[in-house]
Amino acid sequence: MSIIYLLLAISVIVALLFFVAFIISVKNGQYDDTYTPSVRMLFEDELIKKKPQIATKTNEQTLMTDQLK
Amino acid sequence: MIVCFHCGDACITTTIKHQDHCFCCYGCKTVFDILNENDLSYYYELEASPGSTPSKFDGKFDFLKNETIAHKLLEFDELSTKIVSFVIPSIHCSSCIWILENLNKLNSDIKTTHVNFPKKEVRITFSAQKLTLHQLVLLLCKIGYEPYISLNDSNSKTPVINRSLIYKLGVAGFAFGNIMFLSFPEYFEVSEFWLDRYKPIFRWLILIFSIPVAFYSGSDYLISAYKSIRSKLLNIDVPIAIGILVLFFRSTVEIVMDWGSGFLDSMAGLVFFLLVGKFFQEKTYAFLSFERDYKSYFPIAVTRFINDHTSKEKPGVQEEQAQVYDLVAGDRIIVRNNELIPVDGVLKKGKVLIDYSFVTGEAELVSKRPGEHLFAGGRQQSGVIEMDVLKSVEQSYLTQLWSNEVFSKNSKSSFQTLTDQISKRFTISILSIAVLATLYWLVYNPSGAWTVFTAVLIVACPCAIALAAPFTLGNLLRIFGIHKCYIKNSGVIEQLANIDTVVFDKTGTLTTNYKNIITYEGIELTDEERSLLTSTLRATNHPLSRSLYHILQNYNIHTLDNFKEEVGQGIIGVINQNKIKVGSYAFVANDQPELNPTIQNQTSVHISTNDTYKGCYMFFNEYRKGMQKVFESLAKDCQLAVLSGDNEGEKNYLKNTLPSGTDLVFNQKPIDKLNYIKALQAKGKNVLMIGDGLNDAGALAQSDVGLVISENINVFSPACDGILDATQFKNIPAFITLSRKGKKVIIYAFIFSLCYNLIGLGFAVTGHLEPIVAAILMPLSSISIVLFTSLYTYIIGRKFNRKNNK
Repeated sequence: MSIIYLLLAISVIVALLFFVAFIISVKNGQYDDTYTPSVRMLFEDELIKKKPQIATKTNEQTLMTDQLK
Repeated sequence: MIVCFHCGDACITTTIKHQDHCFCCYGCKTVFDILNENDLSYYYELEASPGSTPSKFDGKFDFLKNETIAHKLLEFDELSTKIVSFVIPSIHCSSCIWILENLNKLNSDIKTTHVNFPKKEVRITFSAQKLTLHQLVLLLCKIGYEPYISLNDSNSKTPVINRSLIYKLGVAGFAFGNIMFLSFPEYFEVSEFWLDRYKPIFRWLILIFSIPVAFYSGSDYLISAYKSIRSKLLNIDVPIAIGILVLFFRSTVEIVMDWGSGFLDSMAGLVFFLLVGKFFQEKTYAFLSFERDYKSYFPIAVTRFINDHTSKEKPGVQEEQAQVYDLVAGDRIIVRNNELIPVDGVLKKGKVLIDYSFVTGEAELVSKRPGEHLFAGGRQQSGVIEMDVLKSVEQSYLTQLWSNEVFSKNSKSSFQTLTDQISKRFTISILSIAVLATLYWLVYNPSGAWTVFTAVLIVACPCAIALAAPFTLGNLLRIFGIHKCYIKNSGVIEQLANIDTVVFDKTGTLTTNYKNIITYEGIELTDEERSLLTSTLRATNHPLSRSLYHILQNYNIHTLDNFKEEVGQGIIGVINQNKIKVGSYAFVANDQPELNPTIQNQTSVHISTNDTYKGCYMFFNEYRKGMQKVFESLAKDCQLAVLSGDNEGEKNYLKNTLPSGTDLVFNQKPIDKLNYIKALQAKGKNVLMIGDGLNDAGALAQSDVGLVISENINVFSPACDGILDATQFKNIPAFITLSRKGKKVIIYAFIFSLCYNLIGLGFAVTGHLEPIVAAILMPLSSISIVLFTSLYTYIIGRKFNRKNNK
C-alpha cells in the first residue's frame, strides 16, 4: 500500500500544475477582459472574399462621384 | 424612412445614394468608401449599420505633433515600435472590434491592434518610422473612431490592475477542493487498517494546504478585523476572523497532537464562500468611470503663441502646442470652435459665445467682448479666439472646487451598513455564549470545556450573515444595470435604501438639453415679415437662431440685401428697404419701456421691423417626461428640493407642477449646491442628489448618494455613485423602492442564518460538534442563504421588469 505515497504525490503535483497555470493566466491578464475574446473567436478571415473586380468598380464609382462633386 | 447604411441614423436632410446604399452625410459615405476600397466591407455584414459619423476634427489633434506630449501618451516607445492605448467612446458592437483589429489592412505600419470591449479601449502597436501618433489618431478619426484624449491621460500611463481577489479566490478554491478530497476517507469513520495507517499523512497534507487559505486568502478578513477592533467598532469581520483563527489553531493542535482530524475542510470552505461572495459583489462597469474630476474634461494641450525674438531664422510670433500644465500667466493661447477654455484669462481677439452649462448649469450662451474675463470650463461656440492667460490650470476658478475637502475624504467610511449594525450585537452575544458555556462545562466536566469553547466560536462564525448582503446587493446591482442604472458599488444600493431627501438639479436633469418649446408673444407677424425673419436667421449660426429657424423654415427665403451681426447683441437683415432687427431686448428696442420681469427672465429673442417693436419668441426647456409623476411618488416618503443655477424664470411653472413642499432654490453656484446638501445632512437627512454636470460635482460628492443623469452614458460625467440613463428618469422612485426591498431581503436572510447558528450552537454547547457536522452545517447554511437571496432578488427583479414594461 505504499503506492499511496506515489499516488498522493502525483495527485498533488497535477493539482499544483493546474493551479500554477491558473495563476499564470491571471497574471497575463486573461481574466481582465472576458468579453472581447468571445466575439473575436467568431471572426473569420473573410477579407479576401471580395475579388479585385469589385474593388475596381468601387474605384470607378468613387471617381464618378468625385467628378460629380 | 430611409436609414443610413453606415450609422443607422434616419436620413432627414440629405440622402446620398451610392453603390445601392443610402447615406445620411458625406462623412458616412467616406468611411464606407475607405472600408470598401480596402476590402473591409465585412464590417457591414457583421452588424447592420454599425458605424458612427466621423466628426470634424480639423486641428483638434495638432497637439500630438508635439513630441513631448505624444511621448506622454505612449505606453511603450523604443526605436521603431510604439504602443499606445486609447479610449474610444464609439466602440459599441462586434463590428467595431472587427474593424479596429483589422486596422493593419488600412495602414501597413500598424502592427497589431487589440480591443478591450468592456473598457472601450484599443491598444495599438505601430511602427514609428513612417507613421506618427498624429497620423494614427487622424486615421482613427477618419473611420469614425475618434479617441478621447484628456488631461488625465498625461499623468498615469498604465493603471495598476488589482487582481489580488482572483488570486485569493484561486488559492482558496484550489485548497478547498484538495482538502475536501483528502478528508473524504475521514467522513465515513470506518476503522480500517490501511485507512488508520495513512491517516496522519492525509491530515498533514490538509494542514499544509490550509495554511495559505487562512493567512493569504483570509488575510483581508484578519486585517479588517484587526483594524475594526483598534477603532473600537465590531464589524462583521471580527467574528469571521475569530472563526477562521479558532478553526485553524484548534485543528492544528488536534492534528499535531494526533487527537482528531480538525475542521480544516470547513475553514477552507468558509473562506472560499466568503471570497465568492466578495467576487460576486464586485460587478464593475469598466467602460464607465465614477471617479472623474476636471482632468478628464480638459484638453491635454492648447495652441500657444511664443514670442521668440532670439531665434534668428523665424523672428516674431510663432504658434506652438503647449501642455495645459505648462501655461503660465501672460501666455497667449488660441481656443478653437467647440474647445474647452482650460484656464482663466482675458479675451483678446475674436467673437466669443461660451457655453458655461458645464460649470454653472445655465444653458444660456454667454457672449463676451475683447478685454472681458473668461473663466475656465466654458466651451467656445463661435470660431477661433485668442486669449491671455491669467491663472494656471490649478488656480482657475473651476478647478478650485476640487480643492474642497469633499473631494479628498472618503465618504464611504462614515456609512454603517446593515451588516455592521447587527455584527456588534452578534459578536458580543456569541462571545458571552462561549464564555457561559465554557464556565458551565468547567464546573461540571472540565475536560470538555476547551472543546466547547472553540466549538461555539467555530459554529457561530457568521458566514451566512456575511454572505447575505453581498449576494443580495450584487444581484440588485445587476438588475439596476439591466435597467440602465449603473451603480458604482453595492454599498451604494444600501445607502439608496436609506434615502429620505431627494435633491434635483434643474437644467439638464429635470429638463432635456434642448430648448424645444418656443412660443411667440406680441403683435402677429405678417407673412412678409416672417419670410424676412427666416431669411435673416438663416445667415447666422447662433444656436437660438438655428432652433428658431428650424420651426420657421417653411417661409420663402430671399437673398438679403444687407446683413449685419453684432456679437452678443443680435442681427440686422434688410430686404427691399424692409429692415428687421432680431436679438436681445436692448438691441431691438432701445427706446422702449422697461420689459416686464417675467419675460426678462426667460430666454427670448426679440424682433422689430422697421424700428417698431413687434414681440418676442420665448424658449422653454422641455421637461423630462414623467417628471410630475416622479415627484409625486417620491413626495410620499421623501423631502424634495430642486436646485438650479438658472434664474427664477421658471419658478412659477415648477411651483404649479411639482408637489407642494418641494423646495425651489435658484441662482445656485456649484459651491452653494454643496452647502445646501451639507445643511440638510447636518439636520440628519440622508440625501440623494441627482445632477448632470460638473456644476453639480461638489453636491454629488457631498451627498450620501450622488446619481448622474446622462443622455449618453459614453459621455463622461462627473464623479458620482451612479450613472442613470436619461430614458430611465421616470424610474427613479422604482429604483429607490427596489433598493428598499433589497434591504428587506438582507434582513430576512439574517433571520434565516441566525436559525442555522442556533442549531449549530445547540450542537456546540452540548459538546457534540463533530467535524462532519461542521462540514455539513456550514456549507449548507451558506449555500441556502445564497439560494434564498438569489431567488428572492430574482423575483423582485421580475416584478420590476413587469412594472417597467407596462
